[in-house]
Amino acid sequence: MIIRQLSVFLENRAGRLTELTGILADNDINISAFSIADTTDFGILRVITGKPELAEKVLKERGFAVKITDVIGIVMRNKPGALHHALQILTDNGISIEYMYAFASGDDRATAVIRTDSPKKAIEVLQLHKMELLKTGDVYQI
Amino acid sequence: MIWNEYHECMDRQRLTELQGERLRDMVERIYFNVPFYRNKLQEMGIEPGDIRSVEDLKKLPFTTKQDLRDNYPFGLFAVPQHDVVRLHASSGTTGKSTVVGYTHNDILMWSEVVARSLTMAGVTRDDIIQVAYGYGLFTGGLGLHYGAEKIGASVIPISGGNTKKQLQLLEDFGSTAIACTPSYAAYLGEAIAEEKLDRSKIKLKAGIFGAEPWTEEMRTQIQQLLGLKAYDIYGLSEVIGPGVSMECGFQHGMHVFEDHFIPEIIDPETCEVLPYGTLGELVFTTVTKEAMPLLRYRTRDLTRLHVETCECGRTLVRMEKCVGRSDDMLIIRGVNVFPSQVESVLLEMSETKPHYLLVVDRENNLDTLEIQVEVEEQFFSDEVKELEGLRKRISGNLTSLLGLHASVRLVEPGTIERSMGKAQRVVDKRKLK
Repeated sequence: MIIRQLSVFLENRAGRLTELTGILADNDINISAFSIADTTDFGILRVITGKPELAEKVLKERGFAVKITDVIGIVMRNKPGALHHALQILTDNGISIEYMYAFASGDDRATAVIRTDSPKKAIEVLQLHKMELLKTGDVYQI
Repeated sequence: MIWNEYHECMDRQRLTELQGERLRDMVERIYFNVPFYRNKLQEMGIEPGDIRSVEDLKKLPFTTKQDLRDNYPFGLFAVPQHDVVRLHASSGTTGKSTVVGYTHNDILMWSEVVARSLTMAGVTRDDIIQVAYGYGLFTGGLGLHYGAEKIGASVIPISGGNTKKQLQLLEDFGSTAIACTPSYAAYLGEAIAEEKLDRSKIKLKAGIFGAEPWTEEMRTQIQQLLGLKAYDIYGLSEVIGPGVSMECGFQHGMHVFEDHFIPEIIDPETCEVLPYGTLGELVFTTVTKEAMPLLRYRTRDLTRLHVETCECGRTLVRMEKCVGRSDDMLIIRGVNVFPSQVESVLLEMSETKPHYLLVVDRENNLDTLEIQVEVEEQFFSDEVKELEGLRKRISGNLTSLLGLHASVRLVEPGTIERSMGKAQRVVDKRKLK
């Protein structure tokens, strides 16, 4: 249930992101989902991929500051109120979100990737409410 | 106008004799009162009696900034603490400052050399002078203050910063002279233009600018912006503070007040004394200072000395604007900064490694300091607030040690160039040469 997300430190420098995507492409690593948090000086790239360990290894070899972060993915119907329902469960159980991003897939479903301080507890309460969670194996299919 | 014609226009033969007398007296004082110097002289087999004239100066040992640090805080004082009436200090590495002390006589001497300097800029008792150098541990503010009072000018001790107030007093009080760093002068000039102040109310005629390097282009710019004549003043706290040397109206270099500070130019590598007109490192011996006399203090400033009598009539040697340093010290907004200070801060913080680069620039006439620090694996967090927090902590620690705002930029690991030899730690983008 815990998804291993790749986090990469990126300077705000022209072409830097392209270098990174080039390395991933060369190593046949597919990006299933990603987001970038940006500040004036730097950005943090967050990537969901089927091969996080390989990605970490090849990027480190090329001098990137990389870290694997545990996140969870909530799979929902792509319809009004679905995200709200999921977030309400977390809020009611005192779980706060550090950051999140979401993506929709073609089959009327959407996934929200969530980083929280207590991923285990989040999984517990979401499962209690019969929410569908993204499994590591699913990442390959996204 | 010459404040002290007797000493400033002295026949050079007579001046050399005077320096000799004062040097003999000084060596005796430090030999008997400063263990650091006594040990050094004894090691070299020199006794006070061996020093008879300025010619013998070259036999004497040098003093470095490191010696000042090693003897922190009062180890180089030549008088008991009860005779010290003032202490100044500049920021230093690993939290220790360079401390300087003054006796009552030292303050009088300092006032005298600053009075001479201000007179060179045409300041008299009829002037109103705005002292916009910082007051405090920094020697700029109080140094100019006492000299201006000695002349009898009306002193406005406004200190640095607070630009709006500075402009208001320029207008309301009709200040005729101003003393500050050249970059702040340019900044004030631009503020006048921006605020669309009534130029006819600005009565400035002379500006006394120093404590940081500046160019002839900046002089022209400041003169246009403020409508005054801009004069260059030189000094360093170890020697006395501002007033070690000063430009006269002819502006052919800064006259060194040699009856108090004996200048030498040496080769920074071999320490050999070089003839007049040769570029080298400037060294001062403070022959009259009582509290903390320094023997052949290496300033690390690179310049030349010229001995020909000036058109103004002064016989004192003139030093050119300093063209650089023989060490890695930077002067940023008048504050001395050593890259090693940055290193010490990063080493003290557990989250950082000492891979850094100082980028100095000048925006709107104000120096900026950016310190690039590599984000190491160990302290990379994927949360923005963590990284921002780290950035702010580094910046806060640096700012408090350097006494100067330093912005920190986090960069990717391995992007700051490593070299086997001397690492490139500084990029200075200011165009000063």
